[in-house]
Amino acid sequence: MAKMVQFFSTRWGIISAGLFVGIFAPLLQHWGNPKNMGICVACMERDIAGALGLHRAALVQYIRPEIIGFVLGALIAAILFREFKPRGGSSPIIRFFLGFFAMIGALVFLGCPWRALLRLSGGDWNAIVGLAGLAFGIWIGILFLKSGYTLGRSTKASNFSGLVFPIVMVVLLLFLLFAPQFGRTPEGTPTGPIFFSQKGPGSQHAPIVVSLIIALCVGFLAQRTRLCTMGAIRDVILIRNTHLLSGILGIVIAAFIMNLILGQFKPGFSDQPIAHANHLWNFLGMVLSGLAFALAGGCPGRQLFLSGEGDGDAAIFATGMIVGAGFAHNFSMASSPAGPGAYGPASVLIGLIFCIVVGFTMREKMA
Amino acid sequence: MSEKIDARGLSCPQPVIVTDRKMKELGRGVFEVLVDTETAKENIARLAQQSGWKIETKQEGGNIRLLLEKT
Repeated sequence: MAKMVQFFSTRWGIISAGLFVGIFAPLLQHWGNPKNMGICVACMERDIAGALGLHRAALVQYIRPEIIGFVLGALIAAILFREFKPRGGSSPIIRFFLGFFAMIGALVFLGCPWRALLRLSGGDWNAIVGLAGLAFGIWIGILFLKSGYTLGRSTKASNFSGLVFPIVMVVLLLFLLFAPQFGRTPEGTPTGPIFFSQKGPGSQHAPIVVSLIIALCVGFLAQRTRLCTMGAIRDVILIRNTHLLSGILGIVIAAFIMNLILGQFKPGFSDQPIAHANHLWNFLGMVLSGLAFALAGGCPGRQLFLSGEGDGDAAIFATGMIVGAGFAHNFSMASSPAGPGAYGPASVLIGLIFCIVVGFTMREKMA
Repeated sequence: MSEKIDARGLSCPQPVIVTDRKMKELGRGVFEVLVDTETAKENIARLAQQSGWKIETKQEGGNIRLLLEKT
């Protein structure tokens, strides 16, 4: 056990986790998930928001088992390796809105950092613009961190508190399996409260068992290795450390090779799947996300893995993302392949103002 | 008595930032950092290795005490 613990914290440990994601994300696409979306925490949480009726964009509604698996896989790893430590209380309302605006930014770009890497690996060069924005947002976050920004300390919480989010995931799994239809349309047809897309990206998915098993493995590996896209860029800029970055490179290289093998590599800027080529808003959308991730201490995937460890603050961030997805579609802020939504640009600017105010105002004397 | 930093409950990467700041402030010497997650311990260990500081770790209940030294 001790050797295994040691392996996971080595460079080869994190590269292995990255390779696993890079191999299986394109395979999930091959097995049914939308193109360049084998794994996308933002898109998948958005689909869950839709499936729960928090938005009614009919093309993007499905309870993605990947999200459930990430949290439960991390929970299993945390319990096995005695890292299940329920905690919380570090500026929850700020974290909620950081998650909210991180989602707005991600849905203006159309992807979380993981999907940006997968889009890059699939030849979607718009991802380069998004990743540049992500890095710029993280750099702004680092300036705040260096000048004493903090959301304050978390404190120990009860075991039940740490289990609430994983229990919510189990409930989502039940909703996925049984899809209750309590409502009735005026014509008397059963409908809702669980909605699944009949066409579009929401209708495209790998078999539930396959997605769930792969996601449980990703959750387990990522909890052990601390895989984090935001952290990877942040550590390079902040302390010139490339440990986390090697995991990210593992994802890109493995996914690139898998996409070539599976015939999924289509280079170019235009006509890319579930993407648009508006460089300005691809960039600024990810600036907002990167800044929000940096201020909250982790990319959307990492927030899910921390939630599995019992971190209530990360669970609040993830909940903020799901609620943000509902607003993004209801308020025409999310982009479509045609380009940014009517209120996407304005919402990104509001999000940036919120994050900058948080960065300047949240500080206390540390240590 | 060596200086002590309490980095418990701080979000990533703040334990690393406060440790890095102390390393730069002291240049050399001994100090302790108290953390409460394995992630913070691993991150500080990597920082120490990279900056030429020796590190000793000691589990104390739910906390981990890190002793950092550079001669």
